[in-house]
Amino acid sequence: MILTYALSFAFGCFGLSILLNLVRLLRGPAPADRILAVDTMVVNVVALIVLYGIATGNPIHFEAAILFAMTGFLSTVALSKYLLRGDIIE
Amino acid sequence: MMRRLLPHPFLSALLFLIWFLLVNNPKIGSILMAGVLAIVIPLITAAYWPNQPRIRSVPALLSYLLLVLWDIIIANIQVARIILFMPRDKINSAWIAVPIELQAPEAISLLAGTITMTPGTVSADMSSCGRVLLIHSLHAPDPDAIRDDIKSRYEARLKRIFA
Amino acid sequence: MAQVMDILIAALLVTGGIFALIGSAGLLKLRDGMQRLHAPTKGTTVGVGTALIASSLHQWQLGAGLSLQEILIVLFLFITAPLTALFLSKVYLHSIADRSTLPPTGRDVPWATFDTADEPDQPVLPRRQND
Repeated sequence: MILTYALSFAFGCFGLSILLNLVRLLRGPAPADRILAVDTMVVNVVALIVLYGIATGNPIHFEAAILFAMTGFLSTVALSKYLLRGDIIE
Repeated sequence: MMRRLLPHPFLSALLFLIWFLLVNNPKIGSILMAGVLAIVIPLITAAYWPNQPRIRSVPALLSYLLLVLWDIIIANIQVARIILFMPRDKINSAWIAVPIELQAPEAISLLAGTITMTPGTVSADMSSCGRVLLIHSLHAPDPDAIRDDIKSRYEARLKRIFA
Repeated sequence: MAQVMDILIAALLVTGGIFALIGSAGLLKLRDGMQRLHAPTKGTTVGVGTALIASSLHQWQLGAGLSLQEILIVLFLFITAPLTALFLSKVYLHSIADRSTLPPTGRDVPWATFDTADEPDQPVLPRRQND
């Protein structure tokens, strides 16, 4: 019972966080801010996937969460590297 | 013989553990696969890791990790208070240069990671000789105190852990 | 007993949500790029960490055994967060116009990001010592 309420609260918090990150993504101003906003969104989405896993009681979502966290990290590094050097693989 | 087969015992143990956690079922097949990966990956990549990290005491490393974990919790509460209650123009951020005495690359990267995860500081860069870290602090009324705190709280411990 | 576990999981979920929200609010509120870096690297990482620990405990409560995959995700996030912060602060360092606001290194070499003196064309791979 208490778990249902806590779960809805957490869903709301992480969803609202993604909305706030979206505002920062649109506002910028520097490219670094936009990358940071996307990276934070990825972390929040990982949390949403995990919460969905708790809500449905199905552990299959962890593969999705791991893969999402990995692609998020790699894309952040690749984007920053591109901004730093103008090239990703040197 | 043993040294040729397992050039990095720590790395092999870590790979075995991570593969085991990833598949998450204790069947004989996954144990075999974990063993194969734990032997083959260090052998293939050994050319890129010529020197082993020398860890002087594993309990000291574990207690250091626990200390950092505790500091992360404290750091979060501090940063949350700054974000929520401090007016925007009262936050005075500062760049701090921290000279370090650590030599081992593993120790320096562990120190940089620790600095990023703990109270109001992010490690941003290091000098090209590798002896000075550039740190950005979110709210630093007294930059020298933060520098001394990092040196005495984290660096001294790391110096004792890594030979 | 089950009641206590429920309350523990609920508390973890609520604190995680609040910390993630504060991290994202900081991303919106703070003034310049470097300050904004502080909020998500700490708040959001710990927010997700607590949610994952709650999930692990929930699996355990359901009788599926203590699921350790969550610990793997937490470890991954905690190891990659400093790296992300490092790369983004390098991007930010390159974008600032006035480098004299940075403190001197105290040695006769510049900060590594600005050092273009001896960049080799090919990466230098360390060699294995024959012992």
